[in-house]
Order: sequence, then structure tokens, then C-alpha cells
Amino acid sequence: MTDTSALDKPESQAAAIWRQFRQHKGAVFGLCVLGFLIVFTLIGPLFWQAPELTTTQQILNKNKPPSWAHPMGTDQIGRDILERMMQAGRVSLAVGFAAMLIAIFVGTFIGVLAGYFKRLGGPLMRFTDMFLALPLIPLLLVMVMLFRDKIAGVVGPEMGAFILIVFAIGVTSWMHAARIVRGEVLALKEREYVLAARSIGTPPRRVILRHILPNVISPVMVAATLGIAEAIITESVLSFLGLGFPPDFPTWGRLLFDGLQYMQLYPERVTWPGLAISLTVLSVNYIGDGLRDALDPKARGR
Amino acid sequence: MLTYTLRRLLLAIPTLLLISLVIFLLVDLAPGSPASEIPLTVPPEVREKILESLSVNQPIFVRYLLWLKQFFWVEPLNGIDWLFGTNYAEGMQRIISYQTRSPVFPLIGERLPQTLTVIGTAYLVGVLIALPIGIYSAYRQYSLFDQFGTMFAMIGFSVPTFFTGTVFIIVFGVWLGWFPTKYDTTLEVTDWDSFVKQLRQMAMPVMVLGLANAAAISRYMRSSMLENMRQDYVRTARAKGMSERTVVLKHVLRNSMIPVVTIIALGIPSIFGGAIITENLFGVNGIGAALIGAIRGNDLPMVQTLAFIFAILIVTFNLIADVLYGLLDPRIRYD
Repeated sequence: MTDTSALDKPESQAAAIWRQFRQHKGAVFGLCVLGFLIVFTLIGPLFWQAPELTTTQQILNKNKPPSWAHPMGTDQIGRDILERMMQAGRVSLAVGFAAMLIAIFVGTFIGVLAGYFKRLGGPLMRFTDMFLALPLIPLLLVMVMLFRDKIAGVVGPEMGAFILIVFAIGVTSWMHAARIVRGEVLALKEREYVLAARSIGTPPRRVILRHILPNVISPVMVAATLGIAEAIITESVLSFLGLGFPPDFPTWGRLLFDGLQYMQLYPERVTWPGLAISLTVLSVNYIGDGLRDALDPKARGR
Repeated sequence: MLTYTLRRLLLAIPTLLLISLVIFLLVDLAPGSPASEIPLTVPPEVREKILESLSVNQPIFVRYLLWLKQFFWVEPLNGIDWLFGTNYAEGMQRIISYQTRSPVFPLIGERLPQTLTVIGTAYLVGVLIALPIGIYSAYRQYSLFDQFGTMFAMIGFSVPTFFTGTVFIIVFGVWLGWFPTKYDTTLEVTDWDSFVKQLRQMAMPVMVLGLANAAAISRYMRSSMLENMRQDYVRTARAKGMSERTVVLKHVLRNSMIPVVTIIALGIPSIFGGAIITENLFGVNGIGAALIGAIRGNDLPMVQTLAFIFAILIVTFNLIADVLYGLLDPRIRYD
């Protein structure tokens, strides 16, 4: 008589990953902080809206210290800083996610091509190496400076800045993803199940989509998480140097740049956006760390 | 080893040529070129003359080749002339800045010492902070010190230098008043007082850049030490009865330094990139500040030259790191 009820239902993969992820204290902390920041920027504006002011009221309202009406005070032209922090956070996070998506898409595409097709591997990796040797920050600055007005003329200053910066960051940060994916694909290609799929005449496109891509997802996800942090920092560097977003469509980097002039009198105008950037990047890095542990099946067993 | 080095050197040439082409095309084909800056009221023949004086009226590949010739032939010749008082480069056209109408290289030469003193010291400080932290946190893995070190590294990774810089300025420059908030480029070190002054004004930029670099390097040092601590030769050394000090600081440290040295070499070009921010924040008048100034002033030759110099730095230090790795680790043989 065997008692089968003693055997638990086998854990699903997602549950196993989540269980491992929860053990990483930093990652859980990161997830909470990032969640809070996302809620703050996305849902915050629904509850918190500074009243529309006339020009006179705005002038009277400028440089106010924190109060119940303005929890973070007001800036040099009477705008509520809390509201601006929320708007800026939306843009900052959106830039991070969008640039990461581009970088991961390009990186995975090139990595898979270079790993799967032997003939493309050499030239594509040379191409990747060349991109790695480009001086990125100077080039990004030049790109933004030279193309900003042209693109702004076509789609408007806000959308123009957004598209240009997301695109510029995306096409200059796919290299690490490509290298990781290529390494994985090179190893996967030799596995029996890929050989089996090929032996029954599966076309390369389907082998890649069905058998290879699902197996490179975990390193790609880790790279993607870290890519968000990278993109947010790069964007804020551009904004910090005054070559990022326009002042009426701010990001956290831009707010920091605007606050620099008033740094000596109102240091909190610099510290709030700076803290927001740092916390976002820190939490995203911790999440990436935790994901790396959780997605590795060898580490998960322990 | 020599063949490998030579092969890498030869491979670097097409890479650099490609990068130079990318930089040249990006800057040159951009809509903000000088031809579009000339007001429409200028009569066409004058316009022609202006374009000719900027030498932008020729086809693009001619200009690219001319630029390459200027960069790789005329400017080095000028350097030789300047060093030895010869005149090989007489009558050859140099790369001229649009902003100052003077050759680009002497301008960069003026700026370079500022960058090198600040950045070089910062990197040195960073390495000196990072190595002991890395070594000790590996030796006492999972101790309180190690956890603190991990946290320090994570924060160092994540907090951007422009934010640490502004916080430093607010705390040490404004509230405490220990250090000046702006770097005085004209200061000359002649006696003890001016030396102290120089140290004080360098303190903040050096600490900001140094801490950012220390974070990454200490992590590499730690993981490299950990890997070596588990090796058999360490057990052998201990079994022979060697002191803990000799085992850790001689046997393990020397072997762990191999990857760390390459990481340090690889990091050098990127700190020049990071210097752009720090120089801008503290008002250090170095090449990073020159680049920002040139970009704001639409000074294409200056931007192209500086960007290409950054690229040469990256390629050179990649090469140095690879060769160093082979030299230091006898197990690695490339040929």
C-alpha cells in the first residue's frame, strides 16, 4: 500500500523561480522600491494635481519651501515639484524600458544570427567589436546635438527628443546582449534536441524560434534588467549635460540639471531627482542580481 | 606571443579606420552642418567662398581621405616639428577648429594635462581603495565587512557620478566649506601653500571618480581572490606551514591580480568618458569640457578629432589588456 498523497504536486517552473527569487533579500527590496516608484509615477498624478495658476499667482508662488499644499515645495517659476517629479519619472522610466527593448531586440537578433549561422558569425562579431570600441558618450552627445532640431521639426519637440534619445541609446547598447546570446546559441546548437529537430528537416527559422530562443530567454532577461539601469543612467547623463529632454518635458536627469543653478540655496531640488535615479538604478541592479540566481536551474536546486 | 601581438595590431587598423569613417560620416552628414548655418541673405558667391574656406565643398570621400591624411600624417609631422624644431610639415594644411580658427591639436594639448592630473589621480585612488577592500572581503567571505563591501560596490555601481558629485558639492563645498566647489585651472603649484590649494581643489573630483571606479574593481578583485583561495596550491602552501600573510598576500594575491590588471587596463578609456561629466560639474578645463564646448559651438573638426582620440584610446587599451593577460598568465598561449 503506497500512500501517494504524501507526494506534493510538482512545483511549476514559475513558482520555483519565484521561490528562489524571494530568497535574495536585495532583489525583493529592489522589486518593492521599483514597484513603489512605478506606482508613484503612474498612479500618483491621478491623486495629486497642482492647481492651475495664473502668471501672477505663479510669480507669487515661486521658490516656496515644502508645505501641505506643495510637499516638495515649488521651483523658480512656481511649479509644484512633486508633480514635476511624477511627470519626470514617467518619462525616465519609459526611456529606460523603451531603450532596453530596442537594445535587447537588436542584440538578440544579431546574437542569434552570429551564433547559428557559421558564415555570419565572424563578420557580425567584428561589427559588434567595432561598436564596443566606439566612444559612446561623445557619440551620443553628437547625435543628440546634430539631429535634435531636425527630428523635433517632424514630430514635435517632446516626441522628437523621446524618439531620438531612445533610438540613440538603443542602438549603442545592444552589444553585450549580442555577445551573451551568441555564446548561448553556440552551445545550444550542438545539443541533441537541436540536432534532432534539424534532422527531421525543420527549417532554420523554426529551429531558432521554437528550440533556441526559448532557451536563451533567461540570460536575455538578466541582460534586459541591467539594460534598463544602463539606459536610465545614460539618459540622465545626456540630460545632465543639457543635451537631453526639453525643460517642459522633463526627466529626472533634466530636473537635476535645472536644479544645479539653485543648488546652494535649495539643495533638495537636486537631491530628490538624484535620489530617484539612484534608487531606480539600485533596485533594478538588485533585481537583475536576484533574477540571475533565480533563473539558473543549477543554483535553484540548492 | 609576438605574432599574436602583431596580428592584433594589424587587426586594430581596419577597426580604427571603420570607426573613423563612422565618426566622420555621422558628424558630417548630420543636418547641423556648417553649410546650413550660413544665413540665406549671404549672396551665393560669398557662400561659395565661405564653404571653400571651410573646405566643405568637395565630395565626401575626398574630405574623408583629406581628414585621414591630416590626422595620421600632417599632425604627427607637426608634432615632430614642435619637438625637434624641424620643419617637415611646412605648408601642409592642419585640422582647423571652426571656433578658434587655430589648429585643433595644440588646443587639445593644452587641455590634456588638466584631464590627466585629475583623472589619473582619481583612477589611482580608485584602484588603491578597491584592492584592499576586495582582498579583505574575499578573505573573510560573508563577514560583516564583506557584506558592507558588497553594499558599497552596489551603491557605487548604481549612483551616477553626477549625483555623487552634486551631493559632495552640497555637503563638503557648501555646508562644511572644506573644499572649493570649482576647480581653478590657472593655479600653478610653486610652493607648499599652492600645493595644498591644488590638493584641496582636486579632492572632490578625485573622490567622486575614484569611488565610482573602486566599486567595480573591488568586485573583480574579490571574485578573483575567491576563485584562487580554493585552489590546491593554497592548501599546499598552508600545509608547508607558511604564515597566513605569505599565503594570502604572496601566493593568492599574485595569481588573482592577473584578471584584475586587465580589468584595470580596460577601464582606463571609459574613465575618460566619465571625465566628461566630472569635468563639467567641477569646472575642470580638460578634454571632456573641450568636447562639450565643441559640441555646443558646432565645431565639427574638434568634435571629430576628440571623438576619434577617444576611440583610439579604447582600441589601444583593449589591445594592451589582451597582451598583458597573455604576458602575465603563462597558461595562456595564443599561438
